[in-house]
Amino acid sequence: MNKVIGQAIPKLDALPIATGKPVYTEDLTPPNALTVKILRSPHAFARIVAIDTTKAKALSGVACVLTYQDVPNIRFTLAGQSYPEPSPYDRLILDPIVRYVGDAVAIIAATDETTALKAMELIEVHYEVYEPVLDFEQAMNHSSVVHPEPDLFCNYDIGMNKERNIVCTHKIEVGDVEAELKNCDVMVENTYYTQAQSHAMMETYRAVSYLDHAGRLVVISSTQIPFHVRRQLARALNLPASRIRVIKPRIGGGFGGKQTGAVEAFAAIVTLNTGKPAKIVYDRQETFSTTTSRHAMRLTVRLGADREGYIRAIDIAGLSDTGAYGEHAPTTFAVVGDKTLPLYNKTRAVRFHGHVVYTNKMPAGALRGYGATQGTFALESAVNQLAAKLNMDPTEIRLKNLIREGETCLTYRGKKLGSSALDRCIARGKELIGWNEKYPRQEINGKIKAVGMAVTMQGSGIAGIDTASVEIRLQDDGCYTLLTGSTDMGTGSDTILAQMAAEALATTVENVIVNAADTDVSPYDPGSYASSTTYVTGMATVQAAADLKQKMICLAAELLATTPGKIDFDGKRFRDEASAKEMTLAKLAELSVLGTGKLQLVGNATYGSPISPPPFVAGFAEVEVDPETGKVDLLRYVAAVDCGTVINPNLARVQAEGGIVQGIGLALFEDVRYDAKGVMQTNSFMQYKIPCRKDVGEIQVVFEESYEPTGPYGAKSLGEVVINTPAPAIAHAIYNAVGVWITRLPATPEKVFFGMRQGGISKMRTEDYDAGR
Amino acid sequence: MQIECVINDQKTVLEANAGELLADTLRARGLLSVRKGCDTACCGLCTVWIDGKPTLSCAVPVFRAQGKHITTIEGVSEEAAAFARLLAAEGAEQCGFCSPGFIMTVLAMKRELKNPTEADIVHYLTGNLCRCTGYMGQMRAVKKYLGVAS
Repeated sequence: MNKVIGQAIPKLDALPIATGKPVYTEDLTPPNALTVKILRSPHAFARIVAIDTTKAKALSGVACVLTYQDVPNIRFTLAGQSYPEPSPYDRLILDPIVRYVGDAVAIIAATDETTALKAMELIEVHYEVYEPVLDFEQAMNHSSVVHPEPDLFCNYDIGMNKERNIVCTHKIEVGDVEAELKNCDVMVENTYYTQAQSHAMMETYRAVSYLDHAGRLVVISSTQIPFHVRRQLARALNLPASRIRVIKPRIGGGFGGKQTGAVEAFAAIVTLNTGKPAKIVYDRQETFSTTTSRHAMRLTVRLGADREGYIRAIDIAGLSDTGAYGEHAPTTFAVVGDKTLPLYNKTRAVRFHGHVVYTNKMPAGALRGYGATQGTFALESAVNQLAAKLNMDPTEIRLKNLIREGETCLTYRGKKLGSSALDRCIARGKELIGWNEKYPRQEINGKIKAVGMAVTMQGSGIAGIDTASVEIRLQDDGCYTLLTGSTDMGTGSDTILAQMAAEALATTVENVIVNAADTDVSPYDPGSYASSTTYVTGMATVQAAADLKQKMICLAAELLATTPGKIDFDGKRFRDEASAKEMTLAKLAELSVLGTGKLQLVGNATYGSPISPPPFVAGFAEVEVDPETGKVDLLRYVAAVDCGTVINPNLARVQAEGGIVQGIGLALFEDVRYDAKGVMQTNSFMQYKIPCRKDVGEIQVVFEESYEPTGPYGAKSLGEVVINTPAPAIAHAIYNAVGVWITRLPATPEKVFFGMRQGGISKMRTEDYDAGR
Repeated sequence: MQIECVINDQKTVLEANAGELLADTLRARGLLSVRKGCDTACCGLCTVWIDGKPTLSCAVPVFRAQGKHITTIEGVSEEAAAFARLLAAEGAEQCGFCSPGFIMTVLAMKRELKNPTEADIVHYLTGNLCRCTGYMGQMRAVKKYLGVAS
């Protein structure tokens, strides 16, 4: 039995990327590439009345200056989603209407950055300024319409009402929620606000473009979605997709940000206009203020239970802020309900409903967690509040209500949960954090220590939509080349896929070359997002390896003059035990490509899953709160994770730790803020704080493996689910410390302090003993 | 303007514009390990050594390099690879984009601090941000590298 699965193998690209080798987008810029810069709107909402580029164009070194008059008048979406995308086609490369501070007004290309910036200053723009929609809670009744254009287009009926700034309307209800809530002994109701969060990946957005030897457009981009980018560019630039090649090199982090095509069209249109190579590299300010963030949401949860603590009804009413454009608007919103309502299956009715609205702020987009993070904060906070109201241990109320392996729930409509170790995750996490000794709080020297917890689920890929193809080729020397369009962005997914192929082919990862993410070469893959690569592309890999193995065995049988059923393959040799005839893999490889009448052996598979099995996490926070100042220090975080089989323990552990720290940032520090005119105030790391080493305490990740029957070697996803628990678990710990429910993230010292002033602790004691209505 | 300095043990004359920042000059000379992540001297990605001290090259006007010894990760490749192997063994390089600056800081710390505590290590490395790893795996690698018990 080969043992590649479960091994902590270092990443295939580890040494070169760690030691600074030139393998990222900007490093691959062709010589003499033009530098591309974008003139941006100073207004949150305006129409360009006149734009004069004469002086800018006349400047020596300027290659081109493009305005809305110079781009195709075809609307598209930058959302990285499988066609036909559910996101509205509400963008132009440049639009005469600008919809947020930072929206693109003109594209400038020059021989160097200094010249491009000088040219930018020479462009004269006259705007007719409109009243912007800045408060998403006022968007539906606002006199301004963010998208008045008649040619905005949706592939589906998503419940758009653009005259009221409604991008989409969503409702899922099973059972009669209002009736069930009336029957409940206990109810909690609260409104939660989750903020816009920035991805803050270390490599900012960037792309390089040029025309190749055949005159085709080549775009090298730091992207999670090369095939979607090719399709976006084809539409936006009005080119056949066959004229475009998109290459993903190494990526310096994505977190969903690079699931939206931020910069590619700007470089590409310059190359098409000038015939010259072009490069666009966003600085940190542009990355913060002109790309995308997490959707800010308002979520009102009503939770009903009986006296024994069985949750009978869940109602979540949502409002989501998509900003100026609707990338990922309907889908992030649907995920709020999809990845929370199945958790508690003793329910008799569940509902999630609401709207996503346009505002005149930077667009929202995909960010790790993708709605589940927002939903988890709201629902888990409400469950913790319910436990307090019932005077139940919060871990017990979970164990009483959780969906278990083999069970179904209202929204699954009869389908059964294939794998779950969440009950074991809760038990293990409880033990590691010292729950029984520490819950709810201890007071030491004027400071209060307390613990809190939350659970969560995500999915593994998008069921029935996202489909990956993989090819594995037997090379002439007996090694394998695995071709995939999935996009390792630092997660190590190329290595994970190599491990799966090596396991299936009874070889080592050194014998598997991974060629990834070039639309001219790779088989189709939607890209790495939606927690899909290990599960969806992984299954395609396992199946392609099995296909190749079968073909190799058939060829070996033919060459050894025996039958395939008699051949045993141990990774190096094909052997027919009965006749003692054998052939090495290297020999078979040689014979498969040399001479006449041969066919090089290639294993193929295309895989899309009808289900999206959830990974689970039970997260436990221990905080220290200073009752004098409201300052919260995170001391420890324990996450017990069920991602099915762990393919690579080290990569899994680090990915989980990283996700938890991003969740800690969401819980305590991170907040994209605007001033009264819609100018982003948090456009640098000076104003937008991401956690540093001193902010995160000690993080402990443990895996409680389940076995997902539909997954590759029993694996499920991991990448997103790990970001979801810190916010509700830390908010819960704060409540246990000082009696303040943080309902509006992040949990800053001010909010905790003023919460205490409004009677936090005394309020808590009343609620603690108020078991039932 | 012309600046005479030593880059990775080689005497060099840099041609640069006044006001140019060292990070950009080094990149333009093909030292592509030097990266900028923030423009506000917050992230640590552009860390190089100036006369042996870890320094943010995005905040150093290039004329300040006059007469100095500049070291990038390309100049300490074996030492860097030795630590990078420990980092990789933890899976803690992840996207790798912050790694060169981080490694330059770790190597400088090893020279500078004797028997550091975990708090000393955290303090020394705080200026190097990482968005992928959550820092724990980096700490495991650093402890192994320094021979500090975990």
